[in-house]
Amino acid sequence: MSLAFDLLLAGALLWSAWRALATPDLTRAVVLFIVFGLLMTLAWARLSAPDIALAEAAIGAGLTGALLLDAIGALRRGEDERDDRS
Amino acid sequence: MREAVRIAVLLGGGALAVGLIAAVLDLPPPAVDLPEAVAAHMAQSGVEHPVTAVLLNFRGYDTLLEVAVLLLALLGVLTVVGNEAGTPGTAGAPDPVLQTLARLATPLMMLAAGYLLWAGAHRPGGAFQAGAILAAAAVLLNLAGVLPAWAVPRFWLRLGMAGGLLIFLAIAAGLLGQGALLRYPPEWAGTLILIIEAGLALSLGLILAGLFLLLGERGERR
Repeated sequence: MSLAFDLLLAGALLWSAWRALATPDLTRAVVLFIVFGLLMTLAWARLSAPDIALAEAAIGAGLTGALLLDAIGALRRGEDERDDRS
Repeated sequence: MREAVRIAVLLGGGALAVGLIAAVLDLPPPAVDLPEAVAAHMAQSGVEHPVTAVLLNFRGYDTLLEVAVLLLALLGVLTVVGNEAGTPGTAGAPDPVLQTLARLATPLMMLAAGYLLWAGAHRPGGAFQAGAILAAAAVLLNLAGVLPAWAVPRFWLRLGMAGGLLIFLAIAAGLLGQGALLRYPPEWAGTLILIIEAGLALSLGLILAGLFLLLGERGERR
């Protein structure tokens, strides 16, 4: 049972990592990155490393995700302003 | 042409991956049994959780330098933000449901951060996790429109951000007489680690929140 879960987790990790890199839509890429971070948290928990799992959830998925979303917002605002001026 | 490049990259990447896996599998068994060494010295580390013992005691100087690196990253952000005085804005329009939720969640997050800080001595937890939760609370408040983004930090905020590293450095300097960097006297180790971790949690919370809130203001102003 746990082997099936681990295989599923490893597959989902690889898939979300690949999708996050390959998707052309930035917002989707960031959401996939956050999904990857949360799956990574599960992987660390499965490897009985709860310390790293906590750090990954808080910093990897949470703060980095928020920063990336904020960066996309800033990029969009910059584009809007350029459109307004032209 | 592009197809050829793509195939070459795929082949090269595959070969590198296979080589790396082969190299890792080929590693000789470690000469020093580190888990054994940690377990043997747990009694004099001042804490009961091996990860905290390694991070704050056996290899305390690694953590010291890590915090210094984070502070440097924040200084980098400060140079980008510059010294212009702008009107601090909040991200997004105020949403009453979100604001209420953020106001309700923040005390719980602070409680969780305090718990993680305290729990670090005997189970998974510690200053980094506690600081990350404090920072997350600040980011949540900012996104909900309760907490305005930070302008260029004044004295107290700067002191708070540098405080953890300063406490750590002061304790390290005070212990230099022991003959080695950050070798705590066993009877004081627990207390010293708790003091350092409390300072680090607060400073890391401010630093991580600053990475977000200082940049957020710049994005809003453009």
